[in-house]
Amino acid sequence: MPGKLKAKIVAGRHLPVMDRASDLTDAFVEVKFGNTTFKTDVYPKSLNPQWNSEWFKFEVDDEDLQDEPLQITVLDHDTYSANDAIGKVYIDIDPLLSSEAATVISGWFPIYDTIHGIRGEINVLVKVDLFNDLNRFRQSSCGVKFFCTTSIPRCYRAALVHGFVEELVVNEDPEYQWIDRIRTPRASNEARQRLISLMSGELQRKIGLKVLEMGGNAVVGYLQCFDLEGESGLVVRAIGTACTLDKLIPGTASNTITHTNTAPASNACNSPSKEIKEPVFSEDPTHPLSVPPTPLRTLPSSSSSPPPFSPSKPCSRQSSSSDTDLSLTPKMGMGSGISVGKEAGPLKTLLRQQAQSALEQREFPFFTLTCFPPGFLVHIGGVVSARSVKLLDRIHNPDEPETRDAWWEEIRQEIKSHAKALGCHAVVGYSESTTICEEVCILSASGTAAMLNPRFMREGCLDAGGSDQRLSRQPPLGMVGSERAEGEVSSSWLGFDDASPPSCGFCHIPYDEFNMPFPAQLTYCYHCRRQKVPDVLFTTIDLPAEAAVTGKGCLIQARLCRTKKKAQGEVNATAISNLLPFMEYELHTQLMNKLKLRCMNALFGLRIQISVGENMLLGLASATGVYLSALPAPGGIQIAGKTPSDLSYDQHISTMQKRINDTIVMNKEFYNIHPPECIEEVVGSPIPDRQRSRLFRSTSESSDELSELDLSHGKKDAFVLEIDDTDAVEDIQSLLTDAPMPAGFYSCNTEVMPGIYNWTSGLQMFTSVRVYRLNNANLTNQGLNKIFTDLCENLLKSLYFKLRSMIPCCLCHLNFTVAVPEEELIQVAVTAVAMSFDKETQLAADKALNKGSGENEEQLQFSMELCGESTSSNNQPTAKPSGLPESAMTHSSSRDRCSTWLELLRLKAHTIRRGSVKTSRRTQSLANSVSSSERCSPLPEVRSRSLRSTRSLPCGAPVTVVKMTPLSFLPRTRIVKYLGIINMFFIRETTSLREEGGVSGFLHSFIAEVFAMVRAHVAALGGNAVVSYSMKECVFMENPNKNQAQCLINVSGDAVIFVRESDQEAIPPLITSGQTSTTGADGTT
Amino acid sequence: MQIRYAVFTPILCRTQRFNCAINNTRLQMLFTQTVPGAIYLLATVSPRLDRYITLVKAYKMSMELDVFVGNTTIMDMEVYQLWLDGLTVSDAVKVRMDEGALLECEANPEVLTSDTMDQFRTFQMCERLLHSPTKLGSQLLYQIPAQNQIILIERYYEFDSVFAREVLGKKLSKGTKKDLDDISCKTGITLKSCRRQFDNFKRVFKVVEELKGPLVENIQRHFLLSDTLARDYAAIVFFANSRFETGKRKLQYLSFQDFAFCAGQLISYWTIGAMDSMMEDMDVDLEKEFLNELKDLKVLVNDKDMMDQHKILVCAALRGKIKVYKLMEVNFKFIEPCRYDRWTVAEITLFLTHYTNAAHCLGTFRHQMIWDRYMGVIKSCILQMYHE
Repeated sequence: MPGKLKAKIVAGRHLPVMDRASDLTDAFVEVKFGNTTFKTDVYPKSLNPQWNSEWFKFEVDDEDLQDEPLQITVLDHDTYSANDAIGKVYIDIDPLLSSEAATVISGWFPIYDTIHGIRGEINVLVKVDLFNDLNRFRQSSCGVKFFCTTSIPRCYRAALVHGFVEELVVNEDPEYQWIDRIRTPRASNEARQRLISLMSGELQRKIGLKVLEMGGNAVVGYLQCFDLEGESGLVVRAIGTACTLDKLIPGTASNTITHTNTAPASNACNSPSKEIKEPVFSEDPTHPLSVPPTPLRTLPSSSSSPPPFSPSKPCSRQSSSSDTDLSLTPKMGMGSGISVGKEAGPLKTLLRQQAQSALEQREFPFFTLTCFPPGFLVHIGGVVSARSVKLLDRIHNPDEPETRDAWWEEIRQEIKSHAKALGCHAVVGYSESTTICEEVCILSASGTAAMLNPRFMREGCLDAGGSDQRLSRQPPLGMVGSERAEGEVSSSWLGFDDASPPSCGFCHIPYDEFNMPFPAQLTYCYHCRRQKVPDVLFTTIDLPAEAAVTGKGCLIQARLCRTKKKAQGEVNATAISNLLPFMEYELHTQLMNKLKLRCMNALFGLRIQISVGENMLLGLASATGVYLSALPAPGGIQIAGKTPSDLSYDQHISTMQKRINDTIVMNKEFYNIHPPECIEEVVGSPIPDRQRSRLFRSTSESSDELSELDLSHGKKDAFVLEIDDTDAVEDIQSLLTDAPMPAGFYSCNTEVMPGIYNWTSGLQMFTSVRVYRLNNANLTNQGLNKIFTDLCENLLKSLYFKLRSMIPCCLCHLNFTVAVPEEELIQVAVTAVAMSFDKETQLAADKALNKGSGENEEQLQFSMELCGESTSSNNQPTAKPSGLPESAMTHSSSRDRCSTWLELLRLKAHTIRRGSVKTSRRTQSLANSVSSSERCSPLPEVRSRSLRSTRSLPCGAPVTVVKMTPLSFLPRTRIVKYLGIINMFFIRETTSLREEGGVSGFLHSFIAEVFAMVRAHVAALGGNAVVSYSMKECVFMENPNKNQAQCLINVSGDAVIFVRESDQEAIPPLITSGQTSTTGADGTT
Repeated sequence: MQIRYAVFTPILCRTQRFNCAINNTRLQMLFTQTVPGAIYLLATVSPRLDRYITLVKAYKMSMELDVFVGNTTIMDMEVYQLWLDGLTVSDAVKVRMDEGALLECEANPEVLTSDTMDQFRTFQMCERLLHSPTKLGSQLLYQIPAQNQIILIERYYEFDSVFAREVLGKKLSKGTKKDLDDISCKTGITLKSCRRQFDNFKRVFKVVEELKGPLVENIQRHFLLSDTLARDYAAIVFFANSRFETGKRKLQYLSFQDFAFCAGQLISYWTIGAMDSMMEDMDVDLEKEFLNELKDLKVLVNDKDMMDQHKILVCAALRGKIKVYKLMEVNFKFIEPCRYDRWTVAEITLFLTHYTNAAHCLGTFRHQMIWDRYMGVIKSCILQMYHE
C-alpha cells in the first residue's frame, strides 16, 4: 500500500441556480479516485454551500497515483428525479508525489462543465502520504520531476544530462466508439477528457521509468502531444531530455556552486551505473579548472579521445519490439557495461563508422533543450529536419503501439543521419510534431545538428549555465549588467578561460571544410579569426547567452500556401509527398530573402509548420533573425531580369532593385545593425561549389537534391533573385509587403530578444485565434499566398494595436500555429507574451536605434509605395513555371518518405568580408544598470477619468494573481520553487452557439476559462506563476447550421513560485507554506 | 464578419495603401451596415477632393472567428465608455476613428474593427459579473487588476443625470421599462444605455430596499461604488421608494442634482436612521412619527393668529434688508413666487433664517424641536432648488 490520498471538500461559491422554483441549489459533492467514490452531505438551498467534509481517504498504489486524476463532481440533489451534474474538477496529484514540489493542494477550483463552462467554484484540500517503496520491479516512477522548460530550470543544477527519452501510448478515441451514438455529448466529452488525463498520467509514468532506468531524476524540455487520429484512435506521445538535477540551496551565491559539486543522492540510489560514475564525482571539486581547455580546437579535426554523449544510457537494444514493452521490464545494470565501452570509443572514428552500427544502435543523441550554458555547445552545424507522410489505419491493439513507434523511429534515424552528415554527433533543440487530415498524417521532426562538449554529459557542469543564463538575460540590480563580465566568470568556472572565445565557438563549422555537406561560403570567424564560419546559420535553438550580436533581432516569417487536388488514401499521400519538398524549398528561399532584407545572418528558434487540409497545404516558418558578429555581413539582394529585355522592363528592374537596397539600408538603421566596415576577402573553400557538392553526394544520398539545387550565378557578390520565374516574383512580393513594425515594438519567437536587456516586470501573455473562410473556391497558389500573408500580417497588426499601451515592448515567443480545420477554412492561433522594457535606459543604450525608429514614418510610406509597384510586377511575363531545378522535382518519388532536406542554406553568392568585429552589445548591457525603476502595470493607464479612490476591494480573500508566460523566466524576478508540471486537456461543446455570442464568443470564453483553470491549479499548488506555458492544441470545429461548436484545448507549463528580485533579500530563502498568495502578487499579470 | 472596403479615390485601390492615405490626408470614414455581419467601410477622401470613385474591393476571405484573450484581461477604458453609451460596434469604430485611433500603432480600419468587437465582447462577458460587483473580486474567470475592477464597476453604475431625472419618482417596474423608448428619444441617450441605467437603478433598489442600516453604506457595500455615486443612488432609491411627484410641470426645471441633494437632506434628517443610528433602522422610509409630528406644525399655517404673528415677526426682522417682500405660502410652493420676483439667493437665505428664528419667538408655538428639524431641511432644499 504505497500511498494514501486524502481529500477534503471545504465549500462552494457562486454556484448556478439549479432549482428554478427556489432560485437555489441543493449541492453535494462526489469525490472519486480510481474506483472508489465518496460523497459529501447535501447542503440544502444555498449557492454558497459550506460542506466542510471529513477527510476522504483513498489507499492506492503509487502507479495509480501517477496515472489517475482526482475527480470531483458537484451535483444538485433532486429528490424525485436523477441528480443533476453541475460540473467537475479534475486534479492532477502528480505534483504531490515529488518531495521537492508542492506539499498540499488547497484552493478554489472552477467547477467546469463541458457544455456550460465554468459554473461556480469549489474549495478543496488534497494531501498525499507516500510510503517508501522498496520494490525494485515497481511500475511507478514517483518522484521523477517533469519540466516543460527547455533549459535547466532556474533553481536546479544539472549534475548529468542523460539524453533523449520518448514514449507513446495509444487508445481508442471515445468519441468514435459505438457507445458514443447513445450517450450524451457531455458523457462523451467527459469520457474523452478522463481518458486523455489517464493516458497523460500513464505516459508520464512510463517516461519516468525510463529516466530512472537511465539513472536520472528529472525530465527537462518535456513535450507532450496528442494526435487525434479520428477513427484510427488517439495517440499521446512525449519526448524529453533526461537529466539528473540537484536542487540549489537558495541563497547560496552561484559562484560557490561548482565547489559544492557532489554526487547527487537521488542519483546514487536509482542509477545502475553508479559505480562507473563514482570516480568522476569524487574528483577534486575544483577539477574543472585543471582540465585542459576543452577539445574546442581539437575535437572536429583530430580523431582523438572525446568520448560520446550520454554514457549511462542503455543504448544497444537489440530487441526490435516496441519501446513500450521494453520500458515495462526493468533492465538493471544494462547501461553500465555499455557505457564503459563507449567511453573508450574515439568520436571521429565512431562518427565515420556509424553507418553500420546505426542500425543496431537505437539510441538517439537528441536534446529537447534549447538553452545551454556557455561552452556546452561546441559547434552548430545547421537545422536538420525530416518529414514523413503516412496513411493512418486503425490501431488494433492499444497495448502494442508498434506502428507508431516504428514511424517515429524511422524519422529519428533520419534526423540522426542528417546530423552525422553535418559532422555533428548530437541534435539539440529537437522537437516532433504531426499534422493530420482525414487518414493522411505528416510526421515531422526537426532540430539543430551540433557538437556538444562531452564533459557536460559526464559531470555536473550545467549549473553555471542554469544560473548564468538567467543572470545574463535579466541582469539583476546588484550585478551591473555587463554580460561580458559574467560570461567570463562562468567560463572560468568551467575551465574555458583559455579556450577559444566562447562567444563565437558555436558558429564555427563542425563539418569538414573539404567535404562540405552542402555548398556554402566559408570565411574565417569575424571574432577569433582562427576558425571557419559559414555565411548564414539557421538553428532551432535559442540564441546562446554568450553569442555576440550586433543590433537587435526580429521575427521573420515565411508563409506559403499550396493548392492540392482532393484525393483519397494513397493518391492523396503521394500528392502531399510530392508537394512537401517544394514547399520547404520555397519557405527557405523566403526566409533567406527576408533575412537578407533585414541585413541579418542567422536565424534562431526556427520552426517550420506544415499543415494539411483537404485541398491545400499551408506552410509557416517562423524564426528570429539576428546579426551574429562572428559571421560575415550578408550581401545584398540583387534582382536579375530576364534576358533579353526591353527598356521599360529594365527600368522596372532597376527601380525595384533600388527599393530593395533602400529597404536594407532602412532596416539596418531600424535594427541598429552597424557592423564595422572591413576589408573584403573571399576565403571560400578551395574546391569549386559544384565539385564540393558532388563530393558530398557520394556520402549521403538523402541530400541529393541539395547539390542540384545550386542556382549558382557568375556573380558572387550578392544573393540573386531571378524575377523571370513566377516564384521569385512572389518572393519579392512577400519580401516587400511585410509591413514594418510600429515604433516601439519588437518581436521575436525565441525566449528573449537579442539587443534588449532592461525588461520591466510588466508582461502580458495572450492567446489569439483567428479563423478565415476562403470564399472563392478557384484560388490560385498566388492568390492563396497573398491571402495567407495578409492574414498573418493583419493578425500581427492587431496584436500590436492591442498591446500598444505597453510600448516600448517586445512580443516574445511569438508562436503561430496554423491549421486547416475544414475545407476553405484557415485557422491561425498565436500564443506569446508582451514584455515591456525600460525606454529610458534603452534610449541611453542605443541612440542609434532611436534614430532608426524616428524614420519609421518614412519607412512606412516607402513600403506603401512598394505595394503598388509589386502589383504591377505581378503582370510581368514569366518565363519559367517554377524556380526549382528538375532534379528536385523528380526526387520525391517514394510514397511515404517525403524528402528530407538538410535544411541548409543554398546561398550562392556573397560579399565576404573579414575583419575584426567589436560588438556593440556591451554598451547596451552596461546601460542596464542605470535604471532600476519598474513599470508596474502593463495595462492601459486610465486616461480620461481616473478614480484614485482608496476604497477597499471586493470582499473575501483576494484572488491570487497568477502570471503566465511562455518563457522560462519572468523578468526581474527569481524563481524559488518549481511546483510541478501543469498539463491540462479540456473539451468544450455548445449546442447554443448563437446564444453564446457566436463562434468568437464561444471560443473567447473557452480560452478565458482555460486560463482561469490553469491559474486556479497553480494557485492551489501555492504558486504564483506558470512559466514555459504553451497551448499545444486548439482544435475548433463548428456547425453553425446546427448551432453547435466544439473545441479541444491542451495546455502545459511549469507551476512556480517566484519572488521579485527586489524583494529577494526580504524573503526567507525557502518558501514552504502552501499558499503564498501575496508574494510577488503585484497585480500586473 | 465580412469587411468590405469601398475606397473612393483614384489613387487608392489597395488596402495597404489605404492606411498610408489615412496618415497623410485624413480620410473620413462612413459606415453602413447593410447586411447583418457585413460592414462596408465607405471612405471618402478629404472633402477638399470631393470626388468619389467607385472601386469596391471585396476581400476574397472573411473572418469567421477572431478572438484575443489575455491572461490579464485587457480593457480599453475609452472603448468601455463607448460600450456603456450603447453604441454599436460600427458606431464605436467610427467614433474611435474620429478620435484619431488610426494614428496609433499604424492601425487600419480592419484592426480597429477587430479590436472594438473584441473589446465589446469582453465587456459583454463581464457584464454578468458587474451585476453583482462583489463577485468581480472573487471570481476566477477574468484576471482584472484591482484598480481596473474599481473603474469597471464605477463606470458601469454611472448614469446620465438627464436620464435619472426622467425616471426619478417613477416606479421601477416593467411598465416604466417600456417607456424607455420615449426617454431615449427625448434625452438622446441610446436605448441600450437607458436599459442599462434603468436596470442598475432597479437592481440597486431591489438589493437595498429591504436592508437595514445606512442607505449609502449599504449601497457601497453591495455595489462597491464611490461615495458620491453611492449617494446619488441613495437618492434614486429614496425617490423610487417614496415616489415624490417629481414629474410636475412646476418642477420641470429642477435637475437631478437638485433632487439628489434634497434626497440627501431628507435621508440625513428625516428618516428613522437619521435620529438614532444605533437603532436597527431603515433609511429608505421617512420616519412615520416625524411625519405625524409635522402635522402639529400645521398650526403655523392653519391657526390664523399664529400665522399672523409669525408673519409680523418675520417682516419686522427683515425690514430694511430686503427691497420687496410679499406674503407667501410656505412649503414647496415657496419658490415660485420668489423666482417671479427675482429674489437673490442671499435674500432668500436671509428670509428663511428669520422665518425659522421667528417661530422660536412665538410664545404659543410648542414644537421647537420638530420645527428646527423641519426647517433645517426645508431651508437647504429651497436654497438648492432656487435657481433658474
